Amino acid sequence: MQPEFQTLVAIKNAIADKKVSAVDAATYYLNRIEQHDQNIHAFNELYRDYVMQRAAQVDAGQITGKLAGVPIAIKDNLCTPYGHTTCSSKMLANFKAPYMATAVQKLEDEGAIIIGKTNLDEFAMGSSTENSAMGMTKNPWDTTRVPGGSSGGSAAAMSADFAAATLGSDTGGSIRQPAALCGVCGLKPTYGKVSRFGLIAFASSLDQIGPFTRTVEDAALLMDVICGHDAKDSTSANLPPADHSLQLHKPIENLRIGIAKQYMSDSNEPAVTKAVENAIDVYKSMGATIVEVDLPHTEYGIPVYYIVATAEASSNLARYDGVHYGHRTKNPSDLYDLYAASRAEGFGDEVKRRIMLGTYALCSGYYDAYYNRALKVRRLIKQDFDKAYEQCDTILCPTTTGVAFKAGDKTDDPLAMYLNDVYTVNANLAGIPGITVPGGLSEEGLPVSIQLYANAYEDAKLLRIAQMFQTATDYHMLRPELG
Amino acid sequence: MANPITDADVRHVAQLSRLKLSDEQVAEYTQQLGRVLGYIDKLSELDVDGVEPMAHALDMSNVLREDEPVDGMPVDKALANAPASDPPYFKVPKVLGEGSGA
Repeated sequence: MQPEFQTLVAIKNAIADKKVSAVDAATYYLNRIEQHDQNIHAFNELYRDYVMQRAAQVDAGQITGKLAGVPIAIKDNLCTPYGHTTCSSKMLANFKAPYMATAVQKLEDEGAIIIGKTNLDEFAMGSSTENSAMGMTKNPWDTTRVPGGSSGGSAAAMSADFAAATLGSDTGGSIRQPAALCGVCGLKPTYGKVSRFGLIAFASSLDQIGPFTRTVEDAALLMDVICGHDAKDSTSANLPPADHSLQLHKPIENLRIGIAKQYMSDSNEPAVTKAVENAIDVYKSMGATIVEVDLPHTEYGIPVYYIVATAEASSNLARYDGVHYGHRTKNPSDLYDLYAASRAEGFGDEVKRRIMLGTYALCSGYYDAYYNRALKVRRLIKQDFDKAYEQCDTILCPTTTGVAFKAGDKTDDPLAMYLNDVYTVNANLAGIPGITVPGGLSEEGLPVSIQLYANAYEDAKLLRIAQMFQTATDYHMLRPELG
Repeated sequence: MANPITDADVRHVAQLSRLKLSDEQVAEYTQQLGRVLGYIDKLSELDVDGVEPMAHALDMSNVLREDEPVDGMPVDKALANAPASDPPYFKVPKVLGEGSGA
């Protein structure tokens, strides 16, 4: 691979310095997609004409900005006024959004070129991208394996160099888990840092948009662009703009790294344990102190998550009524049938399962036993983190218990699939940022990763800590060989 | 452990959720949701007396804006994705009278 295409920062600089034209950069990525995406299926839709038109405008100096001419792919649950926004659901197969997601608008305002939309588990519900009405996405490292999910298309596209960077969304690990399984960086920012306007809602108190990139430096640059307060999202944090790139290469002095035994389970695959132990050594060699921290409510994260997320989803997805937009059944017998048949035909199995679980948890009679109790335990999980951050700057842990699993292995067992999120959901429940960083390869040549957490709103610090690891290692530059 | 959820519960929840299910689906969801709820029952191990429920992880307060009129979405845009419309209206099957259901 040419050095100009190694990272987002390299591409951006090459275009800015006119070493590579934006048209050539766009052509390079479109050709890679043309050649390889039939085996991977990262994309639901490509915007070839729009891409070439914008690239020509960049070369003519009509479009400028921090990301001028940089091709970026976005998850197909981010609204754009061009093309379709499907959530990989039959429900929205023909949906053309009437507005633009704020995060995507911010990318375009800085000159980025949206190359296409990537596949996901329907409505971002899943951990393997097998629950897609558009067909599954495959892992570029081994096409018999899943890329993870729900942002599997964005992770696979980044891994296969189908774009300089991609955007995903993370509700319970949907950026970090597929980033881990595909060997790329994935960041879930602090809740509220990135506007959710135009992100099709799954669980509103947990959803957050974030980048997939080759390097931490690339992620910092994207964060500088996509973060910020937005009047269109009342949950977006009203903070002064933060610069994530400015001090990125300045190591944190007297860094204290927290290790929680609850994440270092014996059931982790050896390659995962090894990656975390190796990272501990890397940080120690840079002078970091290792602190043992206790997160006693970790194991309750999955049950809390699958109540809170499904309860919110059951409410958010009530809007798909077969009337205003989305799929409508043919020849309904009455209004009730119009709703119930349209929804039954439009939603896939997992979406239905989660809507029903959430509705059940909110039913009178069960509300206190499930939903209210889950919200109380959510606070206990948050308090665990608050206490831990009195002793450390970051928590280092695995993202997943193992490497990418085989397609079809967990599709018949929803609970086994849910347990994939065991090391990621708590960051969403607590609102804190988390980043997945490549940590090498397993014996069978599959990516393993490490995950770093920081306290809420400390995204810039988290990126600096992750950058320290990438300064000392080059795992993030490992790429799959595409067949 | 007995399944915490019955066929009848699943039918009731499906009706509240406006999801038309076949008998096979009801049976399948009863099994699957039963297993998930069994796992979720783990939460009853904890003593949560006196813990304040937390719907949002970070401090959130109500956000108000100045009461100044702004343009809404134009009707043609709002109707553009409708399965059936008769501008400026969405079109639905006959709701009143026989067969109004629900």
